[in-house]
Amino acid sequence: MAKNKAKHWYDYLWIWSIIYFALGFFNILFAWLGLIDFIVPLIFAIAGGNKNFCNRYCGRGQLFWVLGRNLKLSRKKQAPGWISSKWFRYGFLTFFMTMFGSMIFQTYLVFAGTSSLRKAIKLFWTFKVPWKWAYNGSIFPDFVAQFGFGFYSLMLTSTLIGLIVMALYKERTWCTFCPMGTMTQGICKLKAGNELEKKGDHHDN
Amino acid sequence: MRKAVNDKDRCVACGVCSNQCPRGAISIFKGCFAVVDEVVCVGCGICEKACPAGSIKVNDRRNA
Repeated sequence: MAKNKAKHWYDYLWIWSIIYFALGFFNILFAWLGLIDFIVPLIFAIAGGNKNFCNRYCGRGQLFWVLGRNLKLSRKKQAPGWISSKWFRYGFLTFFMTMFGSMIFQTYLVFAGTSSLRKAIKLFWTFKVPWKWAYNGSIFPDFVAQFGFGFYSLMLTSTLIGLIVMALYKERTWCTFCPMGTMTQGICKLKAGNELEKKGDHHDN
Repeated sequence: MRKAVNDKDRCVACGVCSNQCPRGAISIFKGCFAVVDEVVCVGCGICEKACPAGSIKVNDRRNA
């Protein structure tokens, strides 16, 4: 997105990130649309063996760039090394997937009738925020809305973390430990296999 | 000659460097890490400033 480069339609996907949160503010069922951001990167990685999603189509990464670079909301300081270290990246991925699993379990409890629907979102996996206005019943069973509240919580929390590190460090510091980025890079490295060594050596000469 | 050099073990393949490069000298190799085409790179350092992982750096390559 350098200034002298022609803009493409996909350079504006940061708008999608904002629309997503706006839609979920009014109706939590829209939170389901966030699954696109989970599935598409995996399709790119598994089918294409690339990170084109991160590289080109990730609205969140673009949002951090637009806010951090264009609106100058970032200090642009190098983040501490541990943030982009392998143990932290895979640790954060593990933590994130565990929390995702617990959210799915919560959805299951509502599906099974053991729990009732809670119209609230949870920020940073800790703070409950009432979100009653976003759901007044629908043609779907309650567990569908429960998943919406859970998924929206996860999306909002991770965006907030991203915004914090954007402000403190480089614009796209979130990308260094983004669980989807870690996962898709892992898949790509497995797919590329021993080609990696050859490529790496060739360019390190 | 100053050229961008990427530490492929640190690189997260986010693609910011490649998006920012005014010469189009950087590509992401199979979603694994950024690769710099040293013939095209002019060592301007825009990628280094953008890289969130601190993996791409401009080095003096005179002795290489």
